Amino acid sequence: MRLRLPRLGLKLWVGGGLTLALLATALLAPWLAPHSPTAQHLFEGLERPGRAHLLGQDRLGRDILSRILHGTRISVYVGVVTVLLAAGIGTLLGALAGYFRGSLDELLMRLVDIFLAFPGILLAIALMGVLGPSLGNVILALVVMGWVGYARLVRGQVLAARQLDYVTAAQALGARPRRVIARHLLPNVLSPVIVEATFGMAGAILAEAGLSFLGLGVQPPTPSWGSMLNEGRHYLLVAPHLTLFPGFAIMLTILGFNFLGDGLHDLLNPRQRR
Amino acid sequence: MRRYVLRRLALTIPAVLGVMTVVFLTLHLIPGDPVESMLGEMAQAADKAALRRQLGLDAPLHVQYLRYLGRLAQGDLGRSLSTREPVLAAIARTLPATILLTVVSLAVAILLAVPLGILAAARHNTLYDHGSMLLALLGISMPNFWLGPLLIIFFAIELRLLPVSGFGGAAHVVLPALTLGSALAAILTRMTRASVLDVLGSDYLRTARAKGLRELLVLFKHALANALIPLVTVLGLQFGALLSGAIITETIFAWPGIGRLVIQAIQGRDFPLVQGCVLVIALGYVLVNLVVDVLYVWIDPRLRLAAEEESEP
Repeated sequence: MRLRLPRLGLKLWVGGGLTLALLATALLAPWLAPHSPTAQHLFEGLERPGRAHLLGQDRLGRDILSRILHGTRISVYVGVVTVLLAAGIGTLLGALAGYFRGSLDELLMRLVDIFLAFPGILLAIALMGVLGPSLGNVILALVVMGWVGYARLVRGQVLAARQLDYVTAAQALGARPRRVIARHLLPNVLSPVIVEATFGMAGAILAEAGLSFLGLGVQPPTPSWGSMLNEGRHYLLVAPHLTLFPGFAIMLTILGFNFLGDGLHDLLNPRQRR
Repeated sequence: MRRYVLRRLALTIPAVLGVMTVVFLTLHLIPGDPVESMLGEMAQAADKAALRRQLGLDAPLHVQYLRYLGRLAQGDLGRSLSTREPVLAAIARTLPATILLTVVSLAVAILLAVPLGILAAARHNTLYDHGSMLLALLGISMPNFWLGPLLIIFFAIELRLLPVSGFGGAAHVVLPALTLGSALAAILTRMTRASVLDVLGSDYLRTARAKGLRELLVLFKHALANALIPLVTVLGLQFGALLSGAIITETIFAWPGIGRLVIQAIQGRDFPLVQGCVLVIALGYVLVNLVVDVLYVWIDPRLRLAAEEESEP
């Protein structure tokens, strides 16, 4: 019998494959990495790619391949925790505002406007500037920046869905708001949140790398792709491999999540393909 | 139209006040004693007290807030802790370089994206179409803090065509503008292609062709006119990404703009300067969005009529 793959579309396969590879690498990094990510060999600093060190060595002689593999963990950790927190907070607030409307909704929307007035990662940069660089603060800054999008999305969805018959029916049966929101509304508005969260993973990973590149994120010696690029930019002339490989890892990761998000969007909204 | 502009202007006031409030509060988020964090633990007690007074931290929070708003109203953003220069002067010195960089990047993005997107739509499902979409996908997925160094390695170090970094003649702006503009170019290419595809089969284009107009004119004049409308919205939304991207791009290329200033201020724990830069960047973004919203209504006659009707007393 021929094995038949479900028709999920090329984007979903490529995106899913890249994302699974990323998660597997994060999980298995200590076993995949040929060397320790932090062991220094000062006499071999800036060594080019070769047989012993496939992607070369950095300024302190650390193995770049091992640092990239271990860096996956930081990226995945920041991405997952940030998205879970931001999507959780945003979904909750957005659902409450959309369901109860009135002054709560008004307040939330004004708050959303304020947060949206800070372009891109500016708010995160400002927060990291005052809070000081650390992994926990990176996640905090990205959640403060990120919840807004989910809140706005879910509010709009709930606002539209609460008019529908199934919600009225649940209310007529005497269901309390908490039950209506949790059991009836949220499950029905969740698919755009999932698509948003997939793009959110890409955004969070990119933002962490950007902050670390600016020296405001994860601190040495923890291997983060962004801080590896930050170190690399001082040696563009003599050691371009310091810049080449970590950046490639970031691009593959972002590419994977973008494909996955596009694919999920097509799968969950078959009527409006991108 | 004027009523619409005034109403839209009134709507930005809460956002502007909100931005000011958030920026004010950031100083109070500093863990521990902000004065100690700026001067270091070993600072003299007298110096700490003087700085506390200068920053107004000795008054109750609501008094500090009102004083802060009062100073802002007079255009007083305080003084840099490290150089004693007024913050506003430091920003005024660096802002033109940032505006130059963002405007050139914007121009590069539009000039690359519009022809690429139109041709991709006109040759739908050909190798050219798939190729330019792949290029766009790469552009979106490539972080500017990687693209910048790659461009330096290739064009400045290997080919020696362009300067590595710094500010000077026209050659200096090429690599930073490409770095900053590429992601926007990628997004705009996809948008242009999608919106041209939408109108390609429409009656008015068939009429234009039937009149005997040349295909290039049909595409670049008639199709583009309608495709432009969604593009303007995207431009407005993406301008924010351009502004925050400028912070990273300026750092890579040692470009003397406000983005590099804010990073240097953070590194020097010069909080009044950080606050001032963040405030000016955010307010600039709010202003640009206002302009884009007005522009959007102005270029689309349907929306213009709707806005005028809605604002009738």
